[in-house]
Amino acid sequence: MQLKAFSVSEVTEYIKKVMDNDIILRNVRVRGEISNLKYHSTAVYFTLKDEGAALKCVMFNDYSRSLEFTLQDGMSVIATGRITVYEKGGLYQLYVQSVQMDGIGALYIAFNKLKEKLQKEGLFDLDKKKPIPKHPRKIAVVTSPTGAVIRDIITISRRRNPTVDIMVVPVLVQGSSAADEISNALRILNKRKDIDVIIVARGGGSLEEIWPFNEEKVARSIFASRIPVVSAVGHETDFTIADFVADLRAPTPSAAAELVVPDIKVYQRELFLLKTKIMNLMKAQVLHSKKEFEGLKRALYLNNPIKKNEVLKQRVKNLKKSLTKEMLSIFNQKKNELLVLNEKLDSLSPLKVLTRGYTIVLNKEGQVITSSRKVKTSEEVGILFSDGRATAVVKEVKEDGERI
Amino acid sequence: MEKEFNFEEDLKRLEEIVDTLEKGNLMLEESFNLFKEGVEISKRLEKMLKEVEGKITMLISEDEEIEFKEEENNV
Repeated sequence: MQLKAFSVSEVTEYIKKVMDNDIILRNVRVRGEISNLKYHSTAVYFTLKDEGAALKCVMFNDYSRSLEFTLQDGMSVIATGRITVYEKGGLYQLYVQSVQMDGIGALYIAFNKLKEKLQKEGLFDLDKKKPIPKHPRKIAVVTSPTGAVIRDIITISRRRNPTVDIMVVPVLVQGSSAADEISNALRILNKRKDIDVIIVARGGGSLEEIWPFNEEKVARSIFASRIPVVSAVGHETDFTIADFVADLRAPTPSAAAELVVPDIKVYQRELFLLKTKIMNLMKAQVLHSKKEFEGLKRALYLNNPIKKNEVLKQRVKNLKKSLTKEMLSIFNQKKNELLVLNEKLDSLSPLKVLTRGYTIVLNKEGQVITSSRKVKTSEEVGILFSDGRATAVVKEVKEDGERI
Repeated sequence: MEKEFNFEEDLKRLEEIVDTLEKGNLMLEESFNLFKEGVEISKRLEKMLKEVEGKITMLISEDEEIEFKEEENNV
């Protein structure tokens, strides 16, 4: 008996029917490593393989769009979808609806790849970081509205400075829609004018749990934020991509509140200092002006016409006084000079010579006879002594050389 | 609560006033006016630090804030 011959289409259709009816193949999760990754306009094609086998996969754009990471050759993943036949190609393949990374190792690889990529693009550059305002009036906290994180941030913030407004922006902080919600929150906040700084926070968790903060979407939203962003994800040892992009990384959510909300005591001190300074400056200014005024007042007083007259009078009086004094001193000086001269004169007086035994001979007219040639014989002459005079008659005249 | 004045701006202005006074070269009247302004600002800031209670709100839509109440049933 001969078997019935099917056409290729018929047998393929049959195989397809068998596979589609299989409860496992209809919704299956397959673990494997990505290879032969190819992007087409409508879908991504790749092969999942392990040591023993290979499985062709196709992921249409409708699905691949919601992937939280970029597929890479060599990546270990778990793909979910249904396995069925592609009639035209004569092959069966996995029609992938979602892909998740398989294991921590894969997450680390994805983390490092994104980190490298964003670093190259300059998203972590220090010169792109915005300064955190010193005196924020209103801070926004993007986090889960329930749980310890928001409670701690509010408590610490209130304790440090009860005047600061806090706006909680509730988002999911884990799961596949978390990244979208966080990005969206950042976008909305940036439309507002009243927010001085944003804290993006999440408590500690496993790498998978804090994964939204390692997603490109979140990183780019933080980078794009006009308002400074402080990241506070997990514990001190957890580093996320968000931490690298953020303008400031706080080791924990509580630390973020401490970093962002200034202690009111700092304000009070600052204010006190400024107040003291302004008071002292004003005091100094007033003192200075007073001094200046005093000087001007004195000048004005001196220029008062009445006072001026008195001043002039005083001045004349003073001048008179000093004039008299001056005159007196000149007079005394002259007197002294005269005395000295008198003495000198006295010492030179011929009368003084007479006391030493000399005499002076005078003619009748009383003129001093200084030469023998001026007397004649028998002439009557006067002889002047120191203490009197005598009259004598010249007996003989002899010139020099004829001395007795 | 009036929100027109901004703490940071006020503090900056106060610093500015102190700087200007410090530099001197001012007419007495000018410096007195600055001084008056400075004292007013510092009073206002002090009052604010003492009396103003910051609000805690939750953003529920793009531009709607409501008062934030922490969950009572925290475990």
